[in-house]
Amino acid sequence: MRQDIVIIGGGPAGLAAALAAKEAGAERILIVERDKELGGILNQCIHNGFGLHTFKEELTGPEYAARYIEKVERERIPFLPETIVIDIAKGENGEKEVTAMNKERGLFVIHTAAVVLAMGCRERPRGALNIPGFRPAGIYSAGTAQRYVNIEGRMPGREVVILGSGDIGLIMARRMTLEGAKVKAVAELMPYSGGLKRNIVQCLDDFGIPLKLSHTVVDIKGKKRVEGVTLAQVDENKKPIAGTEEFIPCDTLLLSCGLLPENELSLNLGISLNPATSGPYVNESFETNVSGVFACGNVLHVHDLVDYVSEEAAAAGKQAAAYVREAAGNGQSETEVVCREETQVVLEAAKGVRYTVPSTLNPLRMEDMQLIRFRVDDVYRDVFLKVYFDDTPVLSQKKRVLAPGEMEQVRFKKEQIEAFPKLKKITLRIEKEAG
Amino acid sequence: MEKKEMICINCPLGCVLTVERKESGEVTVSGNTCPRGAEYGRTEATAPKRVLTSTVRIRGERGRVVPVKTAVPVPKEKIGACMEALKEAEVELPVQIGDVVMKDVAGTGVGVVVTKGMGE
Repeated sequence: MRQDIVIIGGGPAGLAAALAAKEAGAERILIVERDKELGGILNQCIHNGFGLHTFKEELTGPEYAARYIEKVERERIPFLPETIVIDIAKGENGEKEVTAMNKERGLFVIHTAAVVLAMGCRERPRGALNIPGFRPAGIYSAGTAQRYVNIEGRMPGREVVILGSGDIGLIMARRMTLEGAKVKAVAELMPYSGGLKRNIVQCLDDFGIPLKLSHTVVDIKGKKRVEGVTLAQVDENKKPIAGTEEFIPCDTLLLSCGLLPENELSLNLGISLNPATSGPYVNESFETNVSGVFACGNVLHVHDLVDYVSEEAAAAGKQAAAYVREAAGNGQSETEVVCREETQVVLEAAKGVRYTVPSTLNPLRMEDMQLIRFRVDDVYRDVFLKVYFDDTPVLSQKKRVLAPGEMEQVRFKKEQIEAFPKLKKITLRIEKEAG
Repeated sequence: MEKKEMICINCPLGCVLTVERKESGEVTVSGNTCPRGAEYGRTEATAPKRVLTSTVRIRGERGRVVPVKTAVPVPKEKIGACMEALKEAEVELPVQIGDVVMKDVAGTGVGVVVTKGMGE
């Protein structure tokens, strides 16, 4: 099988990338999806709040997905459902070889000019959390519980404690409550919630569910089924404080302790990952260090808003189409390589900023407006976001509140960056003073 | 004069609103970054409402449910009653987005609609 662009994953990122690639003139596009249907995680996110930026109206997850799926169907972009990609390798002449597997074809290889990574992310499992105790039934990741309740119509339990205040955990606190369960507490290790403010208000406060900040689960009681959990307060080093233990009887523990981009395929291909995001380092075109391989959505960095995923993925899809055009024109474009080495600007995440996407940019390939997304490493109040082009301060933006749970962004016009022809480094940092 | 701080839940931006209620009964909202925020602040201070999302059963089928939502926000205190009503609801496949499951849920005058197209 031969394609121009293979998109791995048919969730919001893959759908938007496919549509944008098509719109930019790419022809042989194929979406590979491991589930039965397109839409990805949106299918189980039946709550509303999606699409305010993209469609100027408030949609539920399945409705948001349907808007894109309908367009993909209208454009007749082919997709392979129930198909798993097991490897991506570099082939000859800059081609990529995508090895996939499904029931009809067995194992097969797709040759393609470009690949868009849109595999999304996974929840951090119990095994990664170091909670002592046996392995009783009744411990689920919040997303697993969400699938049971919203797609299969089954309740995982009746008396629930949730560890972690990520958005899925908050959403599930409300959902389980609506379905008749008693959610006794949401415990959060950090002194602040990792979820969106709106979800604290409408999922916890609305239902009087306590949010216990700086608390964690120190023990799970029960051998066959969860019988209860012991919560304890933690100190500033996140170590449980003796004497603060509190036993809460329950039959279910949901874990909402963070999302990890799913980059096994990327690693095998030799893509370098940013330890701050666990996603690939990308340039202004969302291209990874492996030429012709692009990344977008939650496999690149975990987003709070699907709207931003769609926007980012559309940019990646468009760039993948441009890559295919260039590759067809002059083989592996030599100018491109030169550009990368000579004119690459590095984005530095300095004090207070955990990471930026992209992490490098080439002014010659920039769009008219360059968007830089980032997250901060702590909660900050009344501070300034400062941006420096080399040593020159170019931006000072007052921020009332910055929190790790909320993705931030700044935009620069192409001219602004071009005004610094020798630019080597763009630095983002959080400072107390306006300066 | 009454003054209340609240977080707008219209979109994930989560703007911090200050809602003031003058003795004349006039309600003013500040801190919002869009008209929806002002509207939310006013409603939240007087009669809070929420869009309810849930699922309903498929007749004769187990292991699969259909996601639904109230077509417009319903009064917050009616959410329990709406959930009770939805427990009794059943649909037959196929369904399309926007299909009406219930015309008036729990006396709110608000309809409940399907949010995902599902075949047989």
